[in-house]
Amino acid sequence: MEVFGLWLAAFFTLGIISFLYKDNPWYKFSEAVFIGISAGYWFVVSFWDNLYAKFYLGVTANDDYMLFVGAVLGAMMILRLAPNIGWISRWPLAFVVGAISGFYLMNYFSSNVMKQVQNSVIPLFSADYGQSMFTESFGTIAGKIVIAAGTFTGLIYFFFSKEHKGAFGGAAKVGIWVIMITFGASFGYTVMSRMSLLIGRMDFLFGQWLGMIK
Amino acid sequence: MDCTGKSQKYTYIAILTLFLSLLLIISSANAVNSEVLVEDTTSAFIPNAPTYVTATDYKYDRGESAIVKWQLSSDDNSTGKITGYEIFRSEADADNFVSIGVVLPGENSFRDKSTENGVSYIYGVVTLYNGRTSQMVLSEPITPGTEIVNWNLLNLFIIGLLIAGSVIFFITHAKRGKKLFIRKIAGLEAIDEAIGRATEMGRPILFIPGINDMDDVQTIAGITLLGRVAKVVADYDIKINMPVARSIVMTVGRETIKEAYVSAGRPDAYSDDMVHYITDEQFGYVAAVDGIMVREKPATCFYLGAFFAESLILAETGNSVGAIQIAGTAMPAQLPFFVAACDYTLIGEELFAASAYLSNEPKQLGSLKGQDVGKFMAMMAIALGVFGATIAEAWGGSFFIWLDEFMHRLFTITN
Repeated sequence: MEVFGLWLAAFFTLGIISFLYKDNPWYKFSEAVFIGISAGYWFVVSFWDNLYAKFYLGVTANDDYMLFVGAVLGAMMILRLAPNIGWISRWPLAFVVGAISGFYLMNYFSSNVMKQVQNSVIPLFSADYGQSMFTESFGTIAGKIVIAAGTFTGLIYFFFSKEHKGAFGGAAKVGIWVIMITFGASFGYTVMSRMSLLIGRMDFLFGQWLGMIK
Repeated sequence: MDCTGKSQKYTYIAILTLFLSLLLIISSANAVNSEVLVEDTTSAFIPNAPTYVTATDYKYDRGESAIVKWQLSSDDNSTGKITGYEIFRSEADADNFVSIGVVLPGENSFRDKSTENGVSYIYGVVTLYNGRTSQMVLSEPITPGTEIVNWNLLNLFIIGLLIAGSVIFFITHAKRGKKLFIRKIAGLEAIDEAIGRATEMGRPILFIPGINDMDDVQTIAGITLLGRVAKVVADYDIKINMPVARSIVMTVGRETIKEAYVSAGRPDAYSDDMVHYITDEQFGYVAAVDGIMVREKPATCFYLGAFFAESLILAETGNSVGAIQIAGTAMPAQLPFFVAACDYTLIGEELFAASAYLSNEPKQLGSLKGQDVGKFMAMMAIALGVFGATIAEAWGGSFFIWLDEFMHRLFTITN
């Protein structure tokens, strides 16, 4: 059975990789099997994790009757299958979108605004009071200037109430340069991590499956 | 001569033996003494107890925790004489102390996160040394309670209030018919151009709203833009295809496109098949979307929402079929891929600003202007804070030190 599983995994891996050549029946078959199995898997996971573990056990074992609110909203979603009363399904949607927007507003505000500003408010030349002005290395000072100026000019780029012209436009241009350089570094870093995924797959094919890598 | 030599030899041997025996006796006696000394030390040592044990209700919570503090034992002097402190707790009207935690030497506080609201407790702290404990020192009884207002978040409240006030002000301003200026966003200008291209080529539009659910603001922003795209699609009678990875996104997507078709006066042209669920599985979804791309060869691909490792796979496949591609996400790690592989990319905040810009509705425009006020405040805070901190570092000065500390306090979240 283990050998069968190994061959099956290799068959589907090669099927998906065959897409690099062009769309073909092998890829279509692998794609359909992958989608079908994953959709079925997630249905089962959702049923046991949510309907059974959270709702059924929550009500019967923990007497948490607030869960009925979620259950009723969920049932209202299904009403869209009935054409005459399908409009009721908009209510839970409105609830989900509205509640989530409100719930995350303060979270995002504190993490993306407050902490960003707090970490950008730094002395440019030294770390602690009492130290002389240039006690830190040139690299550290340059890093601090990049953090403060990069955040400031980055914000200017995302300022929509003023046309990017003159000095303001120049600062916005510096901001987008900082962003693009960051993207470049991030691109290289992520490509390297993707290479490790490819190496993992090749290791499976040539090592576990074909036994060519010991 | 021989006899004398022999007796001398025996004499030396006897002296040497005597000397070695003496050394042996002395060293044995020392060993015994040192063992006795060690034994005496370990058996007799009882560490001194900590002093001034106090317990206070933890602010601000629902009575779920308390803070226990003490003054260090006089034996806690970094010489390894003690191994830590053990904290005990009992309900005030009972005398059943149970251990709730141990901390290392040098620490003088402990947060008990398992209290119940309204129940009175007494805490006790002992000093530990190799299983031996000092006498337990008790705190006064305390009753953890609920604080309705978390005053630690007052700064967050005031800044939030300022920005929310700005949003309301600008919305009211826009509703009165005053024109609010928003600068052009390059990626958005291309949306109409991209849809026009699909019309000319007679090929469909592919809209990918990311792979997160409706609990992600990026998905909400993507769906808002879908409303605009769907309206143009309905006007020009182009085919739109929207495969999704989440069931609620499918429902919202259908509602959005349906509404666009209704508002365009063509409700009969709408079909539920325009939005279809594939799978929640990330790469299963990617495999299906890639298949759709190479089979249907869409003229335009929109990627607007939250994306992860699939971003480059989707964008590269779209590129290979010759589609014009417009992407928008706030995922920092995925933006580089979209920038590299798509024709236009809405970077972070631009995605959220896009719907306001396109719709020209007072509510959205006012909201965007209000957010700009927030950004302006952040810029001023950074400029002022960095200036104050640098001057304080370089030349001191009580005002600049105060300014630096004030700016840090203003933007610090303590919960």
